[in-house]
Amino acid sequence: MAQAAAVAKQPAPPRRRRGSATPRTLPYLPYLLIAPAGLLMLGFIAYPVLSVFYYSLRNFNPTKPWRNGYAGFDNFVQIFTKDTQFWDTLTFSAKWVVVEVGLQLLFGLALALIVNQTFVGRALGRALVFSPWAVSGVLTSAIWVLLYNSQTGITRYLADMGVGEYGTSWLSDTSTVFPAAVIADLWRGVPFFAILILADLQSVSKDLYEAAEVDGAGRLRQFFHITLPHLKDAIVLSTLLRAVWEFNNVDLLYTLTGGGPAGETTTLPLYIANTSVDAHNFGYASALTTVAFTILLFFSIVYLRLSKFGGGDK
Amino acid sequence: MITKDAEISAPVVPAPEPAAPQQWPRKTRRAWDEAPRWQIYLPLGSYLLFTLIPFYWILLFALRPAGSTSLVPWPMTFEHFEKVWTERSFGTYFQNSVLIGVATLVMTTVIALAGGYALARFDFRVKRGFLLALLCSQFVPGALLLVPLFQIFAKLQMINSLGSVVIAETVFQLPLSMILISGFIRNVPYSLEEAAWVDGCNRFTAFRIVVLPLLRPGLIAVGSFAFVHAWNHFLFALMFLSNQDKQTIPVGLNTLMSADSVDLGALAAGGIIAAVPVVVVFAFIQKWLITGFSAGAVKG
Repeated sequence: MAQAAAVAKQPAPPRRRRGSATPRTLPYLPYLLIAPAGLLMLGFIAYPVLSVFYYSLRNFNPTKPWRNGYAGFDNFVQIFTKDTQFWDTLTFSAKWVVVEVGLQLLFGLALALIVNQTFVGRALGRALVFSPWAVSGVLTSAIWVLLYNSQTGITRYLADMGVGEYGTSWLSDTSTVFPAAVIADLWRGVPFFAILILADLQSVSKDLYEAAEVDGAGRLRQFFHITLPHLKDAIVLSTLLRAVWEFNNVDLLYTLTGGGPAGETTTLPLYIANTSVDAHNFGYASALTTVAFTILLFFSIVYLRLSKFGGGDK
Repeated sequence: MITKDAEISAPVVPAPEPAAPQQWPRKTRRAWDEAPRWQIYLPLGSYLLFTLIPFYWILLFALRPAGSTSLVPWPMTFEHFEKVWTERSFGTYFQNSVLIGVATLVMTTVIALAGGYALARFDFRVKRGFLLALLCSQFVPGALLLVPLFQIFAKLQMINSLGSVVIAETVFQLPLSMILISGFIRNVPYSLEEAAWVDGCNRFTAFRIVVLPLLRPGLIAVGSFAFVHAWNHFLFALMFLSNQDKQTIPVGLNTLMSADSVDLGALAAGGIIAAVPVVVVFAFIQKWLITGFSAGAVKG
């Protein structure tokens, strides 16, 4: 770029040439090119984030305007000392993320290893097992609401076969709602991991396996010494992004269980959404958001440090 | 992978799967390449069952008459589709969703293309900071920003206009799209552009004539991804559009689900209507999915 600018500033050569190796470039061209994206992100991500921080220090509730004003750290004090619901939803969020991401990684890895092999019908097999990935949160909920329906869902047919009882709904029972929601989200989440891991698997050199073969390494050792180290960065990054996404995502649980029964499946973001949208307690919701944001940031940094992301001897 | 632009496949050659001739049992075992057949088909088959039963279930409910408990959708009926399309105004929702999806696709692709080109071909002062901001934005939850976003759109008098949703979806799509596109551009040799300059093109025409055609597969993948996300995403539409005639398909589905007595046939038919465009797009980009596109899948 610097070169381009320097060339552009030189006096025009006396003889008209047909073209040059470097076209006339305005020095501010790159800034012009990133301006639309930069301005949009400044206005609709950076500014909202800052205003969330600002509101977290205030009482702000349109339905109780007489209380509005500067509140200092009152909101935060309340979150950490009085608000049991905060701790409940945070615990559930952690449980949800750990179980979901762990299982998705496990199944996704297995699935990727399987469809990475050559076998008859591979293209079709891949297309089919990956298909739920394209299905949205709400549509996933719709599908699983149908499957879990107490009258006509899968439980009815299971009961016909002598498994379970008629009229049970896995989504309204506190003992079954968690596994039921986990399975629904796995259905959509496993293909995501499988696709990412498969993409990275394609870049493992075949020579490595052949060399290992010559040295007498069995398949398990090959997996642990070649495949897994190669996949490490992909796994670290996809796990982190997925964890953040599973933590933040409200589409599925909001529509599948609505956070119920009895608040059993309310994640922290869902609690925040309820606090701000239903209860209009924007100030308090902003403080909760700030806390959630800090937790995510802290978790991400620790995770990347622990996994030595990008470093190592690869 | 975000950090590994180099590994995002070259858009020039969308890495065709070499259709290796099937090699039937050879005695020499070759690592994971040649696991016994049952070790492939058994787990894959079970997983396929888990994947496909829910799809079958929704088809079944959509096609069999209300009240039927048959496990085969026969006699087949389309009453549920007619009902959701007209009575539940899924026709209108569909139209709104298409508008939002296409507008998001266009905006995301164009803006990310400009930004991606700058990131790929120039060195400029704020570049590192900008890249860092792109990555950090991945950790900002859209759902938690609902209230400030609502206030901004209220100030701009854009509540209840589809534009608000388009902007919100675009903004949250941009970072990844831009990183992806800059990776694609980096894979196009710079010398191609230089050759065009020598032939008298300026930067823009050189880009249009030489680079753009080579980017087509990548752009299709990024654009489809933006479309699918805007099509599927629920929260922004729910919050920013309160008029019935401005709603989108996912909001319509949610309404069907949270109704007092859930009409399962209508819900299933609505779900299929919601899935159709995504399935079409999905079939269309299948080729590029594994190679060029995988890095974009991080938002699931």
